[in-house]
Amino acid sequence: MDLSAINPLVLLASLMVAATPILLAALGEVVVEKAGVLNLGVEGMMITGAICGFATAVMTGSPALGFVGAALGGAALSLVFAFLTQVLLSNQVATGLALTLFGLGFSSLLGQNYVGVVPPRTTALHIPVLSDLPIVGRVLFQHDIWVYLSILLVAAVWAALKYSRAGLVLRAVGENHDAAHALGYKVVRIRVAAIMFGGACAGMGGAYLSLVRVPSWTDGITAGAGWIALAIVVFGAWKPWRVMLGAYLFGGITVLQLNLQAAGARVPVEYLSMSPYLITILVLVIMSSNRSKAALNAPASLGRSFHASI
Amino acid sequence: MTDLLRLAGLTKAYPGVIANSDVSFAIAPGEIHALLGENGAGKSTLVKMIYGLVRPDDGQMLLHGAPYAPPEPRAARAAGVAMVFQHFSLFDALNVAENVALGMENPPKLGELAGRIRKVSEAYGLPLDPARLVGDLSAGERQRVEIIRCLLQDPRLLIMDEPTSVLTPQEVAILFQTLRKLAADGTAILYISHKLEEIRALCDSATILRRGKVVATCTPRERSARALAELMVGAVLTPPVRGGAAPGPVALQVRGLNARSPNPFGTALKDISFSVRHGEIVGIAGVAGNGQDELLLALSGEIRAEREAVQVDGAGIGHLGPDERRRLGLVTAPEERLGHAAAPDMSLTENALLTGAIRKGLTRRGFIDWGATRAFAGQIVEGFDVRTPGIGVAARALSGGNLQKFVIGREVLQEPSVLVVNQPTWGVDAAAAAAIRQALIDRAAAGAAVVVISQDLDELLEITDCFAALNGGRLSALRPTEGLTVDEIGLMMGGAHGMEVAHEVA
Amino acid sequence: MIRLEKRPTPSRFWTMATPVVAVLLTMVAGGILFAVLGKNPFEAIRTIFWDPLFNPDFAAYSRPQLLVKAGPLILIAIGLSLGFRAGIWNIGAEGQYIMGAIAGAAAGLAFYPADHWWIFPLMVIAGALGGWAWAMIPAILKTRFNTNEILVSLLLVYVAEQVLASMALGAMRDPEGGGFPGSRNLSQWPAAANHELVAGSGMHWGVVAAVVAVIFSYILLQKHMLGFQIRLTGQAPKAARFAGVNPNRLVVVCLGLSGALAGLAGLFEVAGPAGKLSIDFNTGYGFTAIIVAFLGRLHPVGILLAGLLMALTYIGGELAQFMLGLPSAAIQAFQGMLLFFLLAIDILANYRIRIGKAKVA
Repeated sequence: MDLSAINPLVLLASLMVAATPILLAALGEVVVEKAGVLNLGVEGMMITGAICGFATAVMTGSPALGFVGAALGGAALSLVFAFLTQVLLSNQVATGLALTLFGLGFSSLLGQNYVGVVPPRTTALHIPVLSDLPIVGRVLFQHDIWVYLSILLVAAVWAALKYSRAGLVLRAVGENHDAAHALGYKVVRIRVAAIMFGGACAGMGGAYLSLVRVPSWTDGITAGAGWIALAIVVFGAWKPWRVMLGAYLFGGITVLQLNLQAAGARVPVEYLSMSPYLITILVLVIMSSNRSKAALNAPASLGRSFHASI
Repeated sequence: MTDLLRLAGLTKAYPGVIANSDVSFAIAPGEIHALLGENGAGKSTLVKMIYGLVRPDDGQMLLHGAPYAPPEPRAARAAGVAMVFQHFSLFDALNVAENVALGMENPPKLGELAGRIRKVSEAYGLPLDPARLVGDLSAGERQRVEIIRCLLQDPRLLIMDEPTSVLTPQEVAILFQTLRKLAADGTAILYISHKLEEIRALCDSATILRRGKVVATCTPRERSARALAELMVGAVLTPPVRGGAAPGPVALQVRGLNARSPNPFGTALKDISFSVRHGEIVGIAGVAGNGQDELLLALSGEIRAEREAVQVDGAGIGHLGPDERRRLGLVTAPEERLGHAAAPDMSLTENALLTGAIRKGLTRRGFIDWGATRAFAGQIVEGFDVRTPGIGVAARALSGGNLQKFVIGREVLQEPSVLVVNQPTWGVDAAAAAAIRQALIDRAAAGAAVVVISQDLDELLEITDCFAALNGGRLSALRPTEGLTVDEIGLMMGGAHGMEVAHEVA
Repeated sequence: MIRLEKRPTPSRFWTMATPVVAVLLTMVAGGILFAVLGKNPFEAIRTIFWDPLFNPDFAAYSRPQLLVKAGPLILIAIGLSLGFRAGIWNIGAEGQYIMGAIAGAAAGLAFYPADHWWIFPLMVIAGALGGWAWAMIPAILKTRFNTNEILVSLLLVYVAEQVLASMALGAMRDPEGGGFPGSRNLSQWPAAANHELVAGSGMHWGVVAAVVAVIFSYILLQKHMLGFQIRLTGQAPKAARFAGVNPNRLVVVCLGLSGALAGLAGLFEVAGPAGKLSIDFNTGYGFTAIIVAFLGRLHPVGILLAGLLMALTYIGGELAQFMLGLPSAAIQAFQGMLLFFLLAIDILANYRIRIGKAKVA
């Protein structure tokens, strides 16, 4: 094994790139779960966004429009979930799974004509002064714009949840939807909006994979990223900054094991490939065994159906 | 003086029941008006119409002489009508200021709001710290949050729905001081209750509802409690008959019971000790949130404790689960009918199996004898006059009173030697409540030890031999019920729970 | 104004009609999808649903395939349904299926090329144990650490796939296979093969196991206390505790059982229709079984019928791929739509639709 083949700076930089799709999806799901809804369909929404974004970018020639298309695609699919769970009161776990299964098949269908197609490139930003800094510049300041936007989104979600009226109402709905309804808040409307936001974010996360990280389209390009995002929401205890930390940790593990594979590590390739998933499980166990804290952070109405009865 | 609110001929019907029929009365500004009636009389529906949650089918409302028909609570609040519900709309994981903000139309910034909360709460004798998490507050303090929420909107009419069910007698006195001050400042109060002594103490006038109709309007102070009760119920209910036989040996002994609450905002039990003899009924009083649920869970076996902390007929059973305790003769009936005592979507037959499997021999080596189970369910329905189309209907189809009769009947018919019930007649109409109380008394007369945990002091005073109060997870010493005064009980329940008071308590 | 009003008692009619209506709606929606893809919708639907059973040209080939595909689906779905009823979400059946196949194949191959009567039964037991053990991981993590079983069981699927790759390419590779990935062919080794019991019917031991599982599950749910406790836990967890149900025991039993059944299905597949352990022998049965479980409304007989129906969509889909050039992804999307429609209509069992205001008595 040739460890010298691994460049630590490249490692750290690629960590952020690897983390971004999961961060975007996880952020969206934080908002959804804070509103009291458990949407397990993140994987389906991500991959739908991946193909919608890819197709839009190829057709228009603009990766930015691709991201818009991805957000719309993810949001549209999430609308199905919203309708089923909020209006028709279907079981949230089963509906989320249906979303994933359908999304995987549907995106594969849409992507038939796009296999092997090269998308328009997303270039790295050059920020004056910062990008040219010796070490820090290489690691932090030479990324594409979406990496920075995702971090801004973390800050925006955090601030909105903590300080804005809309954030307060959303949290209230997630805590006790009956009380929120009694006070006159439109629980269903708020939840649908949150679900669509989650869908848009997951879609953009998927687009990042197909347009920037890989970049190309293949069936199953997400490879479980949506499930990892769900795990990271739990790891982050529904707090945006902690979710970002979780996403970066996971990104780090992913690129590390890839680098180890490339450097010819003596561990069989398959065991390295499974390490991110195993570590995610470990992290989940640690988080959930810390009972009291976790219990206080999970929105009390999470997963329960709301039916207004007067 | 023009009336603040005048109701004329209000009528509201639901499929199968007429909730309100031609209700008319008036409230003047600064008047404290009681709305009296037993469970199911139509009080809740009436105030929901006033508050805009429900539209009347017929009739009219006039506010300050102008037509008043709020399409939703927001309109009612804008018109100056505020309501404190019996079941609070609060968010445990958020703090007081956030909770108040959520209940307001255009709340000021949280910092400014916190200041206003402090001011208003002190002015009316209900101090509150805006930064505290609501989940950490006692029931009385949580009610304060609801009241403050209303007061900050400067209401002309404040509606209070059964406010004292969660308060100790001393806390009730504090609340009344607050309400009198509000009335003196010109706010009218519509006070819904079925507690006659309180209404006689507080209210200027009363409208009495029975089965949706107004049966009387009077000045409560001028009538006796008995007269008001008769008007409310429409008949004189005879108090239940007690046997009077001497109690036997100790059946249930609880010694130094400690238990953590499964609920993050619940109350832990601390060093609980009491004993109940065969043939005796022990009452445990306490306002909601002081450990009643936890005590029932510890006695039913859903929370395990140390082996010797709970003993039945001398044998330590604290480590046993619910099924083993049933085998030994200890059965319980929890407070929450739908979801805990019974599974809402399962039939009455299946619900009979829920707890009756062991003592009624409904299973053979794991396999269910549905025939015997159906027979048992039938016995319960017949023996306790449960009104139901059949034993195959889901539990959620029954009315509250009938389901409660089923639940209590299911436990009583298992002929337990120890029976523990939590809030046995909560939300139940008077006739069913009387039947349930008689069933408990009969069971004790047959030799069982009965424990009744209840917020209803009148009920406890009526049927129990000994009395203790649960406060903050601790139990006071047992005292004989005979001769206890309401004041003494209040002190056993913890007085005002140390809540600071801005005005003097008489 | 359209409102939803909760029924006092769940409607028996709708409980049984829901899957039928869902299938019909899916056919309509699927038809639209196929039309968009440029295929004649009626021809496509006919090819998928009718031809495999009744078309004189290929029914003789495709009918037996029905049992081959339905067997594992039903077997896995029965196990899943017990857990789902209790609110225990085993989403990782695919992983348990894989691990069962690996364990069973390994147990058998350890004795190659011997010819004892007990080799196949040994493989069956090993397969069940392999799936059971893989399901015990989320079970233990849930009971000891309160970790969400959905995520753990799911993530373990990805791990299982890597283990499979490692085995197929390495430890269990056929030494006489010319360097190609995959184990020895089990279906050609008489002692280990999972034969058809009735020639040409597609009924192998896996199908038999599926039928046994259906019967067992029916008796359990209707007549046994454990079945009652499973139903109770899913509907009213507090009442279940009150009734003395031990929730941890239930988690272990349900996950263990579904894992064992999925592992069995994996073993039967690898020793029968798939023939050998290869990197991609798993075709997503573990996930499709979830759809089968819900389509069958978590009821044993329903699952039996739903499994057959789902198998039909697989075979019909392959036929449509071959005959009409319909992409295979379309079938996956179709199956996902089926679950959507089922979940959407499910509400009618518990709620009534009311138009206009609440009526006066």
